[in-house]
Amino acid sequence: MDTSGLQIRVAHLYPDVMNIYGDRGNVIALRYRCRARGIECAVVEITIGDPFVPAEFDLLLVGGGQDREQRRIADDLVEKGPAIRDAVESDMPVLAVCGGFQLFGHRYVDHQGGIIPGIGIFDLETHHPGPRADRSIGDVVLETDFGEIVGFENHGGRTYLGPGAVPFGTVVRGFGNNASDGSEGARYRNAIGTYLHGSVLPKNPALADALIHLALRHRYGREIELPPLDDATESRAHSSASAVAARRSRETPARS
Amino acid sequence: MRYPPTVDIRLAAAVVAGRSAARASRLLRRGGGTALPGLVAERVDPAVVRKLALRFGRGAVTVTGTNGKTTASRALASILEASNVPFLHNREGSNLMRGIGSTLLLDRGIRAPHHDRLLLLEVDEATMPAATAAVAPRALAFTNLFRDQLDRYGEVDTVAAMWREALAAAPRDATLILNADDPSVAELALDWAGPVHWFGLDDEAFATTSAGAFDARWCRRCGSTFTYERRYFAHAGIWACPGCGRTRPAPDTAGTNVRLALDSASFDVPGIGELTMPLSGTYNVYNALAAIGLARVLGLPSEAIRQGVAAVAPAFGRQEAVRVDGRDVRLLLTKNPAGANEVLRLLATVAREAPDGNVNVAVLLNDRFADGQDVSWTWDVDYELLAGHVGRCWAGGDRGPDMALRLKYAGWPESSATVADPAALLDAILRDTPSGARIFVIPTYTAMLDFRAELVRRGAAGAFWERE
Ligand SMILES: [Zn+2]
Repeated sequence: MDTSGLQIRVAHLYPDVMNIYGDRGNVIALRYRCRARGIECAVVEITIGDPFVPAEFDLLLVGGGQDREQRRIADDLVEKGPAIRDAVESDMPVLAVCGGFQLFGHRYVDHQGGIIPGIGIFDLETHHPGPRADRSIGDVVLETDFGEIVGFENHGGRTYLGPGAVPFGTVVRGFGNNASDGSEGARYRNAIGTYLHGSVLPKNPALADALIHLALRHRYGREIELPPLDDATESRAHSSASAVAARRSRETPARS
Repeated sequence: MRYPPTVDIRLAAAVVAGRSAARASRLLRRGGGTALPGLVAERVDPAVVRKLALRFGRGAVTVTGTNGKTTASRALASILEASNVPFLHNREGSNLMRGIGSTLLLDRGIRAPHHDRLLLLEVDEATMPAATAAVAPRALAFTNLFRDQLDRYGEVDTVAAMWREALAAAPRDATLILNADDPSVAELALDWAGPVHWFGLDDEAFATTSAGAFDARWCRRCGSTFTYERRYFAHAGIWACPGCGRTRPAPDTAGTNVRLALDSASFDVPGIGELTMPLSGTYNVYNALAAIGLARVLGLPSEAIRQGVAAVAPAFGRQEAVRVDGRDVRLLLTKNPAGANEVLRLLATVAREAPDGNVNVAVLLNDRFADGQDVSWTWDVDYELLAGHVGRCWAGGDRGPDMALRLKYAGWPESSATVADPAALLDAILRDTPSGARIFVIPTYTAMLDFRAELVRRGAAGAFWERE
């Protein structure tokens, strides 16, 4: 189907603060895959103090940051919470990565017991087990409804899902939410949260296209089929990342 | 050998054990690895580094930072040579504690209990607390703090905390040589009652206009986001805190009138005059300024500073040109987004001056420990800066497929072949480009080692030993 002339409007939350692990790659991938189909991808950067008006957008992105960066956006995010909830309930697709994912849960409890309140889009909370605990760092391979997803995780917090959240994927390799229950990320309606930072969309084009598809449906209220792209380069990058994860997990058998 | 009457038997035994280990290691042809002697000696006497460092009559100085510490310490070494100041530098050894120990143990002059030399140590950022406690430096230079190799040390704050720990262990009267333009380095002065020598750039015309992502920083005193009157390089520039009013300190050693060429950089330092060095890039100007600041704290003469900076050798592989089958192959090491952006900024200038408006570029991405296992940093690099100026391009290294995807999304030519093996990559480069062509190779650290080994195998570059 011809998608030229269509448009999606992307709200990128806190790009100046929450951007620590190459999160820009997700925006680059969305722009590229829209442009290749003649779809305009208009990205608006929304930072602390800026209003977020759900009616003006079709897709919401938020990236990761360190503890102190999360603390920095927390008050503002709580203020935007009701608007973000409205957006999610209207089936706007969301991609919340790493630190952003954590604050889209109920709360983040740091290693000194300090609480950073979240906005409760996902029924989950995150605890930091303390400075002596190992961070969850390494390659990740997941089984998800969007097929196999590959990426990299780097987080100190352990996330536990409540009954109202379903995981984004099942851990094949890596640590996932809490290094114990095999879950990774969370989903609620069209919102996706994940620890896979930076380049999750470029190497997982099916996920990028799913977000674009949902954004178009949100914008135009109907199913719009995306013309396929030549994804040979994307597939090679995906397979290579998957192979690296397999090799490293053999080298470090302690990691599941 | 002779020791003074108060001979330290334990230290003597540690030195003997360490040197024997080094001999054994050489006999076993395990060259290149320099950690073993230090490790063995430390088992015999855990205080071996501290005791040996005390013998340096001119004391010790350290150079650290997430980037540029090798170039900055080499620049200082070059200035010391020009000044005829005797010194020991861990140039060949590693910059971790055991490597520092090995450098001290293998030094020929070390058995003399007192000697009139200076100990110059390049120190890994995470080794600073231990190294500072051990060698009690009289001057400590900090080049910069980038978010780099995050899977090694966690987060930027972690490195800053380690450096504050190092300062707590430093002699009270030591001088800090700090980058005034990097707010995360400048903040070290908040914890320091002793003297500080500031270095930085004062060159309005040289400010960057890069729109690329850079790492915003917050004031440690009041939490406000720093604002910038201008930026020179990543998060380095003329910063101010809108909350508590702190501003970027005025540099004691200021670089002005910066001019970058492909193979060299020139700048002026008031009080010294014009300097030229055979290295390019804003980051190398900062590295030179760190060395110049340190040299001034040590009281070295201006003429020696000019000569030393002019003679600084490119750190191996960081910026190196070789001829291969009539092609001019240039290696430009990158290890983080800021450094890579700087290389791309330079190549865009080169392309604009080239007859066809293009450059040929190979980008090699490895993900081994020394490169950082997480390759998502490539998405923070502005490869887009070169879109439309790339003639031939190749993506290589262990993660060549990831690089090819990054370059595709940056608008580089689709012809980008993904060749993992360095020999096959070099063959492809020679096949795709005519004799006389110039090719820029932008590798990560271990990809540079692999590619350079292939150049050596073909007789195009000299053999080498280098740090781990
Ligand atoms: Zn402040």
